[in-house]
Amino acid sequence: MEMEAYIKGTSVISAQPTFNTTDFLTEIVETDAKYLNCIEPSYKEFLNPIMARRMARIIKMSIAASTTCMKDAGIEQPDAIITGTALGCLEDTEKFLLAIIENDEQFLTPTSFIQSTHNTVGAQIALQLKCMNYNFTYVHKGFSFESTLIDALMLIAEGEAKNILVGAHDEMRDKYYRVCDRIGYWKKEAVSTMQLINSASSGSIAGEGASFFVLAAEKGANDYAKLRGVRTFYKPESETDIENKLTTFLAEKKLKPEDIDVVVYGFNGDNRFDPIYHKLKNNFFKNSSSAYFKHLCGEYQTAAGFGMWTAANIIKTQTVPAAILIDQAKHKAIKNVLIYNTFLGTDHSAYLLSAC
Amino acid sequence: MSSKIYITGLGIISAIGNNVAESLDALSNSRSGVHKLRHLRTRHQDTIPVGEIDLSDAQLIERCGLPPDFKTTRTALLGLLAAREAATQAAISPRDGLRTGIISATSVGGMGTTENLWLDYLNPEKSGDWLKYIETHECGDSTEFIADELGFKDYVSTISTACSSSANSIMYGARLIKHGLLDRVIVGGTDALSRFTINGFMTLMILDTQNCKPFDAERKGLNLGEGAGFLVIESEQAAKNKKVLAELSGYGNANDAYHQTASSPEGAGAYLAMEKAFKISGLKPTDIDYINAHGTGTAINDLSEGTALERMFNKKLPPISSTKPFTGHTLAACGGIEAVFAVLAIQNNMVFPSLNYVNPMPELSFAPTTEIQKDKVIDHVLSNSFGFGGNTSALIFSRHN
Amino acid sequence: MNELIDQLKGEIIEQLNLEDIKKEDIKNDAPLFGEGLGLDSIDALELIVLLEKNYGIKIANPADGKKIFQSVGTMAQFIQDNKK
Repeated sequence: MEMEAYIKGTSVISAQPTFNTTDFLTEIVETDAKYLNCIEPSYKEFLNPIMARRMARIIKMSIAASTTCMKDAGIEQPDAIITGTALGCLEDTEKFLLAIIENDEQFLTPTSFIQSTHNTVGAQIALQLKCMNYNFTYVHKGFSFESTLIDALMLIAEGEAKNILVGAHDEMRDKYYRVCDRIGYWKKEAVSTMQLINSASSGSIAGEGASFFVLAAEKGANDYAKLRGVRTFYKPESETDIENKLTTFLAEKKLKPEDIDVVVYGFNGDNRFDPIYHKLKNNFFKNSSSAYFKHLCGEYQTAAGFGMWTAANIIKTQTVPAAILIDQAKHKAIKNVLIYNTFLGTDHSAYLLSAC
Repeated sequence: MSSKIYITGLGIISAIGNNVAESLDALSNSRSGVHKLRHLRTRHQDTIPVGEIDLSDAQLIERCGLPPDFKTTRTALLGLLAAREAATQAAISPRDGLRTGIISATSVGGMGTTENLWLDYLNPEKSGDWLKYIETHECGDSTEFIADELGFKDYVSTISTACSSSANSIMYGARLIKHGLLDRVIVGGTDALSRFTINGFMTLMILDTQNCKPFDAERKGLNLGEGAGFLVIESEQAAKNKKVLAELSGYGNANDAYHQTASSPEGAGAYLAMEKAFKISGLKPTDIDYINAHGTGTAINDLSEGTALERMFNKKLPPISSTKPFTGHTLAACGGIEAVFAVLAIQNNMVFPSLNYVNPMPELSFAPTTEIQKDKVIDHVLSNSFGFGGNTSALIFSRHN
Repeated sequence: MNELIDQLKGEIIEQLNLEDIKKEDIKNDAPLFGEGLGLDSIDALELIVLLEKNYGIKIANPADGKKIFQSVGTMAQFIQDNKK
């Protein structure tokens, strides 16, 4: 059975003004900050104070994004809730850890421990909605979000769900930023986000975000796009290996590289990992338009959520905004969009989206 | 869509044994592994009994066949030992042309290491080889370590839904096979003890200062444990000509949606998960020969789970036990560990005892079995795993005919 | 006693992160759990830590909390009766 689904609703909180707006990246934030923090909405309309008082930032962001996403999709109850996060609730984890160290394991309080568990967001959404349906959380680095999508596609193919809420969320906190800095994740020098793709040094810029989608079994009137498939490649052997895998993936959907109108790449300015994107852009997908997104959302394990939001909107609006287009556009109509992303060069993924 | 899921390998390490044979011996002889802490240093080490594996990190590294200065976490090492045992029994190789995945689960991840090095990580004046441990913090790291060591990399992922995590790994892996995305999957989970977890559970005040007694009216809470449990599951085609240990015949996941940590009094989520598992398996509650309960020994879980079980089985339960008095509550690993126990129950026609049980709960009409039973054919086993966040999962294992 | 009650209200607001609540909003005898402030079992655990950290009183059994935390008044009385 074809494992495909319609993207019926989206909502993204990111470092760009993407939340609760129909504007598609015409207004963008350019900065050379060390890391990109999300532009957060007021949470009062999404959370009552009794609920909100315990919630760390990333949970509030995810509730706001998931609520608006379901509104966008026009659904009240999802048939499943699946979330992906590599780091879980970093703020609460750091808080509890520091409390243990500073108080020598005494006078510790439960709230930050409870909230630090990785499935807290999925659980809080279910609690808010009183949703007793299937509820999973994936926590695998650069495959966290991809795993949620593959799971959702399987559920739809099984006939177990008609509308599934899937989400990717990860936050960046100052301490964790500094820790990752010590092993070379980030740029040492200040780099403007709009110059990131041209950066010739190692490291990227850190980001965070909450990206939610409703995937539907049935076509609707206002769908963004069709999600045709997601493939993950763990430690691919070579460029040829990647191209072979992409060829197989596209062939399963009766497509060839030249059928892809726009490729959305995960360029992140890190000269250790960007070469694969250059190679694909110049060879395998040389006939396609090219776009990129991580200069807008920053690098983090589930940044592909922002990438999927970007791809879905490219199809819906039939435009590739100037802020994300690389070189000249080569496409005419936009029917097929492929996302190619890697996290740290070990976790690679490809997503295929098509117009409905 | 391949409809049957065959189990061809088992792997386990926990406080009752370093492999399947040792575990079976302990279960058969009612030998609990719950004791005072011997390796992990914590302020609470004399307060709470735990199911700690009696091997230091250095000894685990040696058992894994790694160089002594290899930098990885206890969670990863436990996972490798169990996953390797399962893969060896199933006689699978990365070079035999079949698509093989690894789906693991963990709640601790590398926190057992991070908690010791966190201040050093943040101190720019301190540096050293130990910076390599930073990358081991994330949950997915232990899975990739296992994948790299065993050589299977067609698909890797990690699940974290608290105490139902590895039951969910098994479910996800099975579905990947049924949809033809993989031929076989190594599925399960791993969690090592850490001060983070011990202190976290202390703040919830649900730890027993004695050995836990699930389903007992005087129960005081749970004992924490550590370990790893993995299965190799294969499609019918992939498992041709192989010895099949048992089948995964049913599975279900639901959410209690009641409270962040406490289960609903009537166990609504638990009931739904079991109901789904029965639907997938085509079996009825009367077909079940043994229930391996989640049975943590907390006031809330045992009442909630017990209530749901009475409703599901119409108050006529088959033999039931919790094996957590043996191993402690191994958190994300318990689904995988208890899956191994379920298969052992089928292979050996055994029901394992629920240790430390004395006083019946007034709210429930059933009592868990306190003696090992060897006189009944065990064809079908129900295994429950329920986690924080209301995550409820049920698996059904069946004899392969 | 009134001083203790006032101090306690401030500590409760801080410990439980009750951002929108002021001391005047909490009546001495109003129920803290269920209705009233609508606190739950996790808050009860937080209050147990508050008693230990700020007043040196240890509660071993969380079930005892139900009676002690009925209202700010009962909490203050308990502290007065048990303070070392």
